[in-house]
Amino acid sequence: MSATDIEPPKRIVSALSVENVSHRYGARVALDDVSFAVAPASFAVLLGLNGAGKSTLFSAITHLYASRSGTVRVFGHDVARESGAALSLLGVVFQQRTLDPDLSVEQNLAYHCALHGIGPREARALQTAELARVGLADRARDKARYLSGGQMRRVEIARALLHRPRMLLLDEPTAGLDIKARADILEVVRGLVADEGIGVLWTTHLVDEIRGDDHVVLLHKGRVLADGPSRDIVAAGGADSIGEAFTYLTGAGREEGES
Amino acid sequence: MSDAVLQTPRPFGWVQRLICLYGIVWRESLRFLHQRERFVSALVRPLVWLFIFAAGFRQTLGVSIIPPYDTYVLYEVYITPGLMAMIQLFNGMQSSLSMVYDREMGSMRMLLVSPAPRWFLLTSKLIAGVAVSILQVYAYLVIAYFWDIEPPTWWGYLTVLPALALSGLMLGSLGMLLSSLIKQLENFAGVMNFVIFPMFFASSALYPLWRVEQGSPWLARVCELNPFTHAVELIRFAFYGQVNWLALGVVAGCTVAFLGAAVIAYDPARGMLMRRGG
Repeated sequence: MSATDIEPPKRIVSALSVENVSHRYGARVALDDVSFAVAPASFAVLLGLNGAGKSTLFSAITHLYASRSGTVRVFGHDVARESGAALSLLGVVFQQRTLDPDLSVEQNLAYHCALHGIGPREARALQTAELARVGLADRARDKARYLSGGQMRRVEIARALLHRPRMLLLDEPTAGLDIKARADILEVVRGLVADEGIGVLWTTHLVDEIRGDDHVVLLHKGRVLADGPSRDIVAAGGADSIGEAFTYLTGAGREEGES
Repeated sequence: MSDAVLQTPRPFGWVQRLICLYGIVWRESLRFLHQRERFVSALVRPLVWLFIFAAGFRQTLGVSIIPPYDTYVLYEVYITPGLMAMIQLFNGMQSSLSMVYDREMGSMRMLLVSPAPRWFLLTSKLIAGVAVSILQVYAYLVIAYFWDIEPPTWWGYLTVLPALALSGLMLGSLGMLLSSLIKQLENFAGVMNFVIFPMFFASSALYPLWRVEQGSPWLARVCELNPFTHAVELIRFAFYGQVNWLALGVVAGCTVAFLGAAVIAYDPARGMLMRRGG
């Protein structure tokens, strides 16, 4: 491309891009040069065992703390330098339960709206709409502590969507839930990708949540071992399923690490 | 499709910040209302001091005429500003405890993913805690009134308000700073021993400094350096419609210093959160 081009071509901006992010706690390397991107309106799975570095990566993406090196962008906004812009486009469901158990579902949602600077009138309309989406409109006035685990998760997803984010992060959202609740939540989130065009990064260690056309980022011991459509990873590994490919790849990673 | 260009975020101006501040104060008040035990114990603590400790000590401790008092005052009257500051000291440390709890429970993370600047979020949280502590102080003053402890004029109840706001901010930001240093909830007993008790006892809350001076000059120096002494004196003078400028300066300066340090401690690039691993 010549330098005299007047109008640069519009590039496709990733919903989320993680560029060469490394992080260490003391001597322990938690993330080692991690790079990947999530396209808008796509469902991406961050697959890894416990301790693979998923939570550290989450903290870096949500700017809880800055990574020692590398950049995280949400729709092109650097979370370290333009954190306000990046965070307002980002919805987050943390692995921990973060609803206030003594407050009602409504009050929990209203608090989140306020944190995002959404006035009460608009907030009420958004709350009604989002609770209806996750099928909990009738529980608005109940205290959060009386909800089941699956219902709490759905409320947390509704909450994460209140400020109309374009990218949704979910950290092990199905951990500790039964099969029915897991399926419900997965359906809600896949619906968001299909209907609303929201980009999703779904963290899990459960391979049965992955479909063939999902984008999979395989994180192991702080490094990205595979990055691409699930079925390509399966094919490249000569495996029959993503589960087999996962075992093969992480097994190979371990031997390499020990040698 | 619009995805091909940069997504423009919602603007986050001063209106949004005000909504955000309001939301944080609102949640803190709701939580406070849900924790009646906390309110009762915050009220009982100074009343125990007032009804039992002060009643016992009024015979042994004579308080001479020192500013802002222009007559001899009963010991109960003397320690009331100290007890008001004590309510705020406990409240400040309690909110530090709740911040550690919030951090362990993840609601701190919910707060910190707000697009508002982090210093603004922390300051809002601080203001919410101060509002609660002021409520507790006035509840105490209502009971103290029936014990014949009142300012010389009714204006005292109003003039003490800015002093309470400032001393609350100082003690709250100290608590916030400590919360960034405390790794786990269990360490709160340490805060009691090493922060609350020394600050309270080595101050002018229970005895005038000239009394301390007679007993131990070096302890009197420690008391003079203790920011809590200045919080107490600021409240004491304000309750009598006067300004203690030295106390005002020290308390304002300490507030800025503690809050600044707390904001740095919670800063993503430098803070303690990073070392813990969140």
